[in-house]
Amino acid sequence: MKKTRFNELHKKLGAKMVEFVGWEMPIEYKGIIDEHMAVRTRAGLFDVSHMGEVFVTGKDALAYVQWLTPNDAARLLPGQVQYTALMTPESTFVDDMLVYCINPRTYFLVVNAANVDKDFAWIAGHTKGFEVRVENQSDAYSQVALQGPLAEKILQPLTDIALGAMKSFWWSKGKVAGIECLVSRTGYTGEDGFEVYSTDPDPGAVWTSIIEKGTPLGLLPIGLGARDTLRLESKLMLYGNDISDKTTVLEADLKWIVKLQKGDFLGKPVIEKQLAEGLQRKLVGFELIDKGIARPHYPVYVGAQKVSEVCSGTFSPFLKKPIGLAYLPIGATAIGTEFEVGIRDKMTRAKVIPTPFYKRADKK
Amino acid sequence: MYPSDFYYTKDHEWIKVEGNEGLVGITDFAQHQLGDIIFVELPQVGAELAAHQSIGVVESVKSVSDVYSPVAGKIVAVNDGLSQTADLLNKDPHGRGWIVRLKIKDRKELEGLMKVSDYEKFLEGLES
Repeated sequence: MKKTRFNELHKKLGAKMVEFVGWEMPIEYKGIIDEHMAVRTRAGLFDVSHMGEVFVTGKDALAYVQWLTPNDAARLLPGQVQYTALMTPESTFVDDMLVYCINPRTYFLVVNAANVDKDFAWIAGHTKGFEVRVENQSDAYSQVALQGPLAEKILQPLTDIALGAMKSFWWSKGKVAGIECLVSRTGYTGEDGFEVYSTDPDPGAVWTSIIEKGTPLGLLPIGLGARDTLRLESKLMLYGNDISDKTTVLEADLKWIVKLQKGDFLGKPVIEKQLAEGLQRKLVGFELIDKGIARPHYPVYVGAQKVSEVCSGTFSPFLKKPIGLAYLPIGATAIGTEFEVGIRDKMTRAKVIPTPFYKRADKK
Repeated sequence: MYPSDFYYTKDHEWIKVEGNEGLVGITDFAQHQLGDIIFVELPQVGAELAAHQSIGVVESVKSVSDVYSPVAGKIVAVNDGLSQTADLLNKDPHGRGWIVRLKIKDRKELEGLMKVSDYEKFLEGLES
């Protein structure tokens, strides 16, 4: 198993470690519910070094990023970040990702840990006709995420970057705990917070200084278990569960990342066709009416017929109810529509509800 | 930490014998492995079970686990408190977190279960 540069620190904090896509990662420390609530009410620190980092550089860097993705990267000024996806010609997903504009000839793509090799091969494999260089720098990068209402308060004393001036989906370079880092106001929890990237071969001080500064304020280290419950409450996608190469960007309810007027891109003709013809199915959020917990792959029924399987599902620690995501036939996607999830041998009633399930009160 | 008057199974259930009945639950090791327990599916009172048949299901945020009956018997009571406060299983797995009370069918089946020192040795073996 691969190990991040913070591996020993997790073990010292008593983390329960598991294997995740080839990495030894902490799944929980104190417990999923405590960790989840810490992020929602105070702050939490995640080791996300397993994520992938790919650079696209050169004269045609912007044009190439535009070709590979549905969102409009031309809108990004140096210092800005955008949520987008790598699209197949069928408008399905190779992955979802963040694109950072470093400068008009340098784009920094951050991709899911499960897909690093696949994504790099994809990005490097479509360059014909573009004057670009593609580099996989994933091994060089360590990354932590500090998330929660107290994130700025905890991080500011540790950095020379003026965090108060950093808006959501912007980034800056500077020192954190004396170590050179790129810091962005981004995250995967639905709370305010920062993601901190470093290529320093010895970045331990980034982790330990945040833990030291944050613990008296109620910060907890957070494992992958709570990472999943947090992102699901905020209806953030998980590749392999909610989006895949079998789901189109419109079916996934991600029309907002599609900017047709920006020019041509992989998958555009299929998106235009789906817009003209209408969708057959769509990803919706649901809660259970009967007692139980809906989990990934449980069968989903409309009427007596199985229509799909649960994509993501859990017991929401903040909302204290079972929630989930599933693709339903378009006729069953209206809010309030009741359907059923098969939980072991029981047909458990569910209903479509608005998403995101949780939205924080203030947004920077 | 493990009560000396309980019998234990390899699936981390315990049974406390009281006359010809037994109180059944899961051990502290099991509740720790499961994490925060949200929901317990209990059997019907009156159900007759064989040894190692599923009594019910314990759901935590991240997992689902069957609870198996240590011995054959008839369910005479279930812990309704668990439907209100499932986390009793985390907080007091050997006491207020009991799951069912059953009338033991054949006391000889108890001889196949572990006593406390064997269970503690079994746990040590797992952790290495």
